[in-house]
Amino acid sequence: MYVTRDFSHYVRTAGDGVQHIDLAVEGVHCAGCMAKIERGLSAIPDVTLARVNLTDRRLALEWKQGTLDPSRFIDRLEELGYKAYPYETESAEATEVAESRFLLRCLGVAAFATMNVMMLSIPVWSGNVSDMLPEQRDFFHWLSALIALPAAAYAGQPFFRSAWRALSAKTTNMDVPISIGVILALGMSVVETFHHAEHAYFDAAIMLLTFLLVGRFLDQNMRRRTRAVAGNLAALKAETAAKFVGADEISQVPVAAIHPGDIVLLRPGERCAVDGTVIEGRSEIDQSLITGETLYVVAEHGTPVYAGSMNISGTLRVRVSAASEATLLAEITRLLDNALQARSRYMRLADRASRLYAPVVHATALLTILGWVIAGASWHDAIVTGVAVLIITCPCALGLAIPTVQTVTSGAMFKSGVLLNSGDAIERLAEADHVIFDKTGTLTLPELEVTNAADIPADLFELAGRLALSSHHPVAAAVAQAAGARSPIVGAIEEAGQGVWATIDGLEIRLGRPSFCGAEALIGADLDPEASIVGFSKGNEKVILSVRQGLRPDAQAVIAALKTRNIGIEILSGDRDPAVRAAAHALGIPEWRAGVTPADKIARIEELKQRGAKVLMVGDGMNDAPSLAAAHVSMSPISAAHLSQATADLVFLGRPLAPVVAAIDSSRQAMRLMRQNLWLAIGYNVLAVPVAISGVVTPLIAAAAMSGSSIMVMLNSLRARSSSRETL
Amino acid sequence: MEILVILVPLALMLGGAGLVAFLWSLRSGQYDDLDGAAWRAIADEEPPTEAPIKR
Repeated sequence: MYVTRDFSHYVRTAGDGVQHIDLAVEGVHCAGCMAKIERGLSAIPDVTLARVNLTDRRLALEWKQGTLDPSRFIDRLEELGYKAYPYETESAEATEVAESRFLLRCLGVAAFATMNVMMLSIPVWSGNVSDMLPEQRDFFHWLSALIALPAAAYAGQPFFRSAWRALSAKTTNMDVPISIGVILALGMSVVETFHHAEHAYFDAAIMLLTFLLVGRFLDQNMRRRTRAVAGNLAALKAETAAKFVGADEISQVPVAAIHPGDIVLLRPGERCAVDGTVIEGRSEIDQSLITGETLYVVAEHGTPVYAGSMNISGTLRVRVSAASEATLLAEITRLLDNALQARSRYMRLADRASRLYAPVVHATALLTILGWVIAGASWHDAIVTGVAVLIITCPCALGLAIPTVQTVTSGAMFKSGVLLNSGDAIERLAEADHVIFDKTGTLTLPELEVTNAADIPADLFELAGRLALSSHHPVAAAVAQAAGARSPIVGAIEEAGQGVWATIDGLEIRLGRPSFCGAEALIGADLDPEASIVGFSKGNEKVILSVRQGLRPDAQAVIAALKTRNIGIEILSGDRDPAVRAAAHALGIPEWRAGVTPADKIARIEELKQRGAKVLMVGDGMNDAPSLAAAHVSMSPISAAHLSQATADLVFLGRPLAPVVAAIDSSRQAMRLMRQNLWLAIGYNVLAVPVAISGVVTPLIAAAAMSGSSIMVMLNSLRARSSSRETL
Repeated sequence: MEILVILVPLALMLGGAGLVAFLWSLRSGQYDDLDGAAWRAIADEEPPTEAPIKR
């Protein structure tokens, strides 16, 4: 059978006879990788551009149209030791990138304007106490206005727009007081300058915008980064399928290019990327990702298969179902929607702070004006003082308090192997006091391992491993990996659904079903109920290998660490009773349930919620996706099904389970720092507001107070970096 | 104080030049890969690539 790979779906024309493709590359993390990849690919003739983006872990490639096949790049990267997958920019990500650039541009404009206005303000401040002529002061004020007004009009857009949206929807948000404060400050300054007054607040207004834009940009940048990582994950899931393009010709195409009615080939060891029905072939399939059940299901003509199922033994031809939405996935998606809706009611700390903030500040300003008028001041002076109160209370430090901590914490989490999918996940994770683990793929490793390797003579085990290299069966792959086999045995023959055999030194060796090797007699009753049993024979020497998913190496330590933090733990698994019982027993978790459906999981989470528990759900299967969304906060290992990865708030990498504890610790510390920052910001206001109300605030005091509190908050946030490196 | 006639426009021009330079660097994609750029600066030999892509 002839197989081609078709990546034309991802290639786009970059003008002037040049074609462009973006690849997500796995395992790029240093300058060495970057140089190796760029050199290796630039060496291919007709390649005009090869540039690695180390932040997003992507590679941009351009070449002369019609000269090269993109699959060649993937092969070349494979030779260099990197796995690469074509990557398609989602529209959501493109919007985030554009938004992020706009914010950076606004920040640049505001920062340059602040610097220049400050340069003009300092002579005025010092001149007011020495010998500056009023004409010179006016001239400097007008110059400041010339810089500050256009800059604020441009750089204030993100706030003005958001405030306008909120006001049109008859609500308020943090941007309403910000916009009012900035506009009033600028307006008052223009009027004051016109009347040759001593003080103008152009510097304070534009500096305020700069600090707030720093917070906005950090927040946006973190979201963009996690979006990029999530996008890569989707690409790395390698969702391609072998589609029949002729009677005997198949082409490896991305799932996006597959339509209902197409026929795809599903080889042993492959994960199905589509929903469909088997039309030819017979095999066993592993649906643990979908149902949590680790026992294989027999697939034959007419059996429905779902995206995410792993084909185990035989080759299947699958007809892609006309309505892939109308099946199991649809049910899961429906649950997912409901669950997500419930969670969107969560109110972020920043929102809660701002809801309190606006009325208090505006009331204070109004009372100040009225108070001064009653005390006999002129309306002009009263309004000037009122505006000064608004300026000094503008939430500079408040706007930085949360994004800075989030940014520093997400960086620290990234180092310990945790990626954030949503910005407010840190706050929710910090509150979690009950953890629900799924078993398959979460507490256990997604890969299979040989559990009785120690009981098998080393030479036999090695031989079994080498023979296993000739099979596509995932169990065989596990045997080969456990034995560390490198060189396959020449002339090995695979018998579909049975095993592999070969002749070596005149002796027949066989690996496969126990019956295939004549090793049934060795199967004892005491064997693990979850394990797949594989027989191996060399002449008359016969052994059996027990292959199963092992627990993550540090699972026990993680559970113990969670217990010391007073966090409740339980297992909810769709798997069979004995399998879950064994895992729960090994880990010392008294509370566990087996054979649980997605709806049951949600019901259990709701029950816990009723009792006031904040649930962290850790799961990986497609069946977990709705419960991940229903929980207060959720985590998934990187090996998880696409859907649950997309739903989880945090994703963790690698074999250990330790990132779960690390993430909880980091987030708790982050929450502490956020609270401290908010108190710092409030404390600053408590000190500054009476000064402003008393009417003695000069622009110099406003500027110093504003930058002082902002810098203090930023420095405090940096502490999230240091202690987050503690492990269990 | 006549010196202001020269100094003020000069200061404004310098500030403006800085802003233009920043906007240019932003537009030419120099902030797209901050991690990579940090390493590229100390790479022994820059691989033969063209200017960063414009989007």
